[in-house]
Amino acid sequence: MTESTPPPDEKQTDQAAAPAAPRMSPEEQKLRREVLSVALDRLRERFPDCVLEVAYYADQVTVLVPREMVAEILVFLRDDDVTAFDLLADQTAADWPERGKRFDVIYHLYSIPKNHRLRVKAHVGEGEPVPSAVPIYKAANWHEREIFDLFGIPFDGHPDLRRILLPDEWRGYPLRKEFPLEGFPEQHMRLR
Amino acid sequence: MFRTEMMEINMGPQHPSTHGVLRLELTLDGETIVDVRPVIGYLHRGVEKLSENKIYVMIPPLCDRLDYVASGSQNLGYIQAVEMLAGIEVPERARYIRTILAELNRISSHLVWLGTHALDIGAMTVFFYCFREREMILDMFESFCGARLTTNMFRVGGILDDLPPGWTAACRHFIDLFPSRIKEYEGLLSTNRIWLERTKGVGYISAEDCISWGVTGPMLRASGVAYDIRKTEPYAAYDRMEFDVPTHKDGDTYARYLVRLEELRQSTRIVRQALDGLPEGDIRASKLKTRMKAPVGEVYHEIEGPRGVQGFYLVSDGGEKPYRCHFRSPSFVNLAAIGDMSRGGLVADIVAIIGTIDIVLGDCDR
Repeated sequence: MTESTPPPDEKQTDQAAAPAAPRMSPEEQKLRREVLSVALDRLRERFPDCVLEVAYYADQVTVLVPREMVAEILVFLRDDDVTAFDLLADQTAADWPERGKRFDVIYHLYSIPKNHRLRVKAHVGEGEPVPSAVPIYKAANWHEREIFDLFGIPFDGHPDLRRILLPDEWRGYPLRKEFPLEGFPEQHMRLR
Repeated sequence: MFRTEMMEINMGPQHPSTHGVLRLELTLDGETIVDVRPVIGYLHRGVEKLSENKIYVMIPPLCDRLDYVASGSQNLGYIQAVEMLAGIEVPERARYIRTILAELNRISSHLVWLGTHALDIGAMTVFFYCFREREMILDMFESFCGARLTTNMFRVGGILDDLPPGWTAACRHFIDLFPSRIKEYEGLLSTNRIWLERTKGVGYISAEDCISWGVTGPMLRASGVAYDIRKTEPYAAYDRMEFDVPTHKDGDTYARYLVRLEELRQSTRIVRQALDGLPEGDIRASKLKTRMKAPVGEVYHEIEGPRGVQGFYLVSDGGEKPYRCHFRSPSFVNLAAIGDMSRGGLVADIVAIIGTIDIVLGDCDR
């Protein structure tokens, strides 16, 4: 150890010359490593223009696709023999108000025969409708109602798009970041 | 001339056999069900919104209150999701203890299901038998962590505390006793004519429908698909355990009853193996801060809860609080299929179907 250590002044210059190295611990690097995903390769092959971005984290793959193509991509992923995503494990959304298209709509797909997963994500702007996944997965029915209820994202072609958890006359969409944690004043619980 | 009229009836939200505040809008043709529209949300507490405003270690108590019958599973799933997000390794002993506690929780949850389901259909005795054994499990939870229902017994990186002295002996006593108790339930129900009449052929759902609706857990397995996350993507110490995944081909209420009963046996088996193989060592990963930060990223983690797949989706923006926290609850997803399961049946079957889906409204409404 000691003999290989360079003199202090030399180390100083080295550091100045090198570009800022990413400060990642080995654990973090492990979390970020690329994951082999047959499903992703297959999707790239079929829709080369629709794979906008791929992210890896903790052995999970996220693929960003355009909003308009969501339904077609889901049909392909469900019916293709290699991907065979027969189970819509979960569907949800997230709100990033600083971004141009503020919402993410997220589909967590799982394949029972192949035992693999893929997370499909689409960026959605305020008021833009997302093609409904109900004709593809019946499970999307309540998931999309919940997203509509809590985020206010409309779904095109949904058979029964109503609020599901909150009362019909509720004002606002609670999971948007600007919604106050305790609700609007008229929604406060009052002791009578 | 004669004419028939459809009748609209509200069932719930204060009906005793809806297992909480669930309202069903029924359309009836005489006694035959034409349509069922569940109305949920009476117990919505905005847990996902609350979670975005709490640091990671403050969220497990909220998870407990989602599915209060299986709070251990909820807790475990969330904690494991956080560990994946932050890349934390859990010591072996903690993994084993987690497995034991999660399986005991599954047994206690299935006992609540069996007791109340049988009570709804009119078999009162089973309820008392089941709660007798459930009491033993809750006592074990109490001696481990001080709480009986909302246990909050897992911690990020490990578990709350080591097992108290005498705990393993009590646990062994329970699992030695329990198989004979399962036989008692079977003796009361499995060949009981009333039970058979009320459950056979009731609430049928095919494997294809289950998968399309996203229905998982014992309901999917009772329709013939052996999908169990403990086998496909093992967590905690399940990869070291030997157990079977019970399935049935009928897909009706009776098949689901048989599958869950067999799961009670398998859980007992897992607990026994975990107790036998319980290693010595640490129970918590060292050097963890309470106000921990997770790197920027997102994880979706699923575990096999007593009701089906419990999913936890966490998004981190690098801060102390999760940016987005979503709970995929099996009660919510499974309840959506109630329309397909009950159409064409009799109105009395609705009670059996609610019981067999095994919903917890706290989990459903979040």
